[in-house]
Amino acid sequence: MEFADYRPRTGTATTVDDTHVAACAHCGLTVPAALVEPESAEQYCCSGCRAVRATLLASGLADYYDLRARFDDAATREPARSSRRSYAAFDREVFQRQHVRTTGELARIDLLLEGVRCAACVWLVEKLPRFVPGVRAAELRLSDSRVSITYDPQRVELSTIAARLESIGYPVHPAHSEIQRELGKRAERRLLVELGVAGVSAGNAMLVAFALYSGASGDLQASHAALFRWTGLVLGWIAILWPGQRFLRGAYGALRTRTANLDLPIAIALVAGGLAGTWNTVTARGDSYFDSLTLLVFLLLAGRYVQARQQRFASDAVDLMRALTPVGCRVVRGAGQDEVIEEVTIAELVSGDLVEVRSGEPLPADGALEVGASCIDRALLTGESTPVAVGVGDVVHAGSQNVGGTLRIRVTEVGAASRIGRLMGLVQESLAEKPPIERFTDRIAGWFVGILTALALATFLYWLRAAGLGVAIDNTVALLIVACPCALGLATPLTLAVAVGRAARAGLLVKDAAVFERLARGGHLLLDKTGTITRGAPTLVEWVGDTQLRADVAALEAVSLHPIARALCAALEGDARSGVRATDVEELLDGGIRGRVLGADVRVGSLEHLAHHGAALGPELAAAARRLEAVGCTVVGAARESRCAAILGLIDAPRDGARDALRALVDRGFTPEVLSGDVQGAVARVASEVGLDPAVARGAVEPEEKLARVRELLAQGRPCVMVGDGVNDAAALAAAGVGIAVHGGAEASLAAADAYSSRPGLAPLVELVDLSRRTLATIHRNLALSLVYNGVAVVSAMLGLVDPLVAAILMPVSSASVLGLALLSIRGGQRPRQLA
Amino acid sequence: MSVIYIVLPLALALGGGALAAFLWAVRKGQFDDLETPAIRIALEDDVAPVTRPGRGSG
Repeated sequence: MEFADYRPRTGTATTVDDTHVAACAHCGLTVPAALVEPESAEQYCCSGCRAVRATLLASGLADYYDLRARFDDAATREPARSSRRSYAAFDREVFQRQHVRTTGELARIDLLLEGVRCAACVWLVEKLPRFVPGVRAAELRLSDSRVSITYDPQRVELSTIAARLESIGYPVHPAHSEIQRELGKRAERRLLVELGVAGVSAGNAMLVAFALYSGASGDLQASHAALFRWTGLVLGWIAILWPGQRFLRGAYGALRTRTANLDLPIAIALVAGGLAGTWNTVTARGDSYFDSLTLLVFLLLAGRYVQARQQRFASDAVDLMRALTPVGCRVVRGAGQDEVIEEVTIAELVSGDLVEVRSGEPLPADGALEVGASCIDRALLTGESTPVAVGVGDVVHAGSQNVGGTLRIRVTEVGAASRIGRLMGLVQESLAEKPPIERFTDRIAGWFVGILTALALATFLYWLRAAGLGVAIDNTVALLIVACPCALGLATPLTLAVAVGRAARAGLLVKDAAVFERLARGGHLLLDKTGTITRGAPTLVEWVGDTQLRADVAALEAVSLHPIARALCAALEGDARSGVRATDVEELLDGGIRGRVLGADVRVGSLEHLAHHGAALGPELAAAARRLEAVGCTVVGAARESRCAAILGLIDAPRDGARDALRALVDRGFTPEVLSGDVQGAVARVASEVGLDPAVARGAVEPEEKLARVRELLAQGRPCVMVGDGVNDAAALAAAGVGIAVHGGAEASLAAADAYSSRPGLAPLVELVDLSRRTLATIHRNLALSLVYNGVAVVSAMLGLVDPLVAAILMPVSSASVLGLALLSIRGGQRPRQLA
Repeated sequence: MSVIYIVLPLALALGGGALAAFLWAVRKGQFDDLETPAIRIALEDDVAPVTRPGRGSG
């Protein structure tokens, strides 16, 4: 979550003096000692919580806390979120045209909310009409954190609504893929309609079939039997032609491309059973199988519906992650006295605009720096782990983040022409070229259809000689129907649905269930370094020299957003003295920061910076600095009163557990390889630290080269899994057999990947692989079991022992038992999370 | 036995009626969100006194 990272996370502090333990009045987390106010009745862990609680109390919404106490899980608590953004861009015409639907006087918009956790959030958000005049209705959906707001545009502006939502702790984002979502919703409803039709036909067809079976022994009047048969016929054809169309189309598609899928044997059963049943009904002789056929359609559709639904939950969650990219930016219009800053949507930017980018904000477009100097964090764009200093005239790119002072940038390229836009073009290209994953069941289906055809032919010929055409047709049709892989067709989607659901609960969002099949097999594992193996931000690893300076450095760096400053703050938290603040702080453009702490002049910066300002290193510290630099550390010096007294080594260290996770992945059949945009030295060091051979670690790899490596492996026919977080990984993620984006990744990588881990590090990847292996094992077991059923049924049919009643009993019994075993076995594999 | 000519169409009509109701519900979006409505109904009653304008004595 890009914004959250730039918010002081003081609420999670754990080292608190016992005498000062206090819980935040809003979020309930421990308040850090430095922020406790002894006189105040209520304590707050951060300004966000304070503001939200004030708003809630002022609006008469204090009941929220009672509700939350009942519904919320204390373990998931977090400080109130705030993005500190202005929502002015929401009022732009371009934005409204894209996102707002107007009906008569009222307007309606769907927005995604950050920070939605429990039922109390539903209550709170749906009270919106009570405290924002002009809002008519608000309806929140917990499953995808999406709120539908109906409002009167004459009385309230959209930006006001958004700002009010943020003021109660839910930063707002517009939904991204509205059209795609609408299509998805329609497809799901269509599936549900078909399921309903199939259910009603199946129920009624069984009703009449039951009458026929019970009267089969004799005393059924011929006219009544005809009525039952014809009713069954009509119901059967309704089921085959309306809901069953899905299988007929799938089979037709497979035939046209000369491939096989599971729809093919199903369609053969439907068509053969339908035609034979019709012939037998018209000629009033022989059997009809419409009850079995309608039930078949119904059961298979039910399996597909459950899978589609589970899959949608996962993709909704990815949508929410993707929506975090801001939509607005500030454009500077006019000059000098007439200068105005206008907030516009990024889509409105044109080449030649002057945009202002404040500290902590992402850059909206490519351009040249016109005013200001700062540091730019390009970790997501290029994989470089250290932010680079930029000055007037430098070219900067969209997708990087400003971590220093305010900048003004003259836009040169927007949208598709920008560097990130060109990379997205590569992503689209890779996605278009990526062959659909050949499913396990589809591979099976090829064999299945071949064997089935041979057996059907043999049965037909044998009975043609033995008992004539009529019996031959009857027995062949019976064979085709009972051989239909109903159990497999039902159990496989349900097994996958369970797997997708379990992955989602562990924070692993799987966009395509076929991912499980690929991950279970192992293969080449291409890893990005920055942000994937490492934290993507420097951490303090060594402090050499005067330790008394630690408190001073902590006070000075507390005010800066620079990644090094944040690393130092985190590392020196225990040294900070409460109440000591730095004054006159200046972030200098040549790589340093200075200020006054307790009357002394303190300066922290690169060694060049310190030397330039007259604080040279003694021989001892200089030797330490050389040693640290030799192992790849970023070296920073700290000086008091122009005397350099300590040097600090920082490094983009591997995440905790990266080594264990990689070893676990090697054990599971993967061959890891590191591809990074960072310099070779840093990549090789990280590789050896996590236990990889530095020979498989390549540095200074361009996004195009990552893509080329993936294509090379694919061309050699080797399965490959790509794991990354950045824009520079996106094209490779899209092309790889399985692309997995990790926590904190760029929007582009989320869009390109097949799976997303919402927890940092590689440990979730190991869980995903384990889940995949269990899922595939379950599918294999299902297959074996349903083949046993089919084998028995086919042999009986060949011997002429199968009549419609046997088929009607065999089909649901086989489905139910395979299904039961599938659900039991995947549940039986449930284990506590090992690496989390 | 000719009662079957009335009962069978009746059974079909009942099934058809249920199907029509189901299709109506699907098209109205009743099945789009299966989670939140269950919570919403719990919130309405249990929450401590919230004065509701326009709800007269019942």
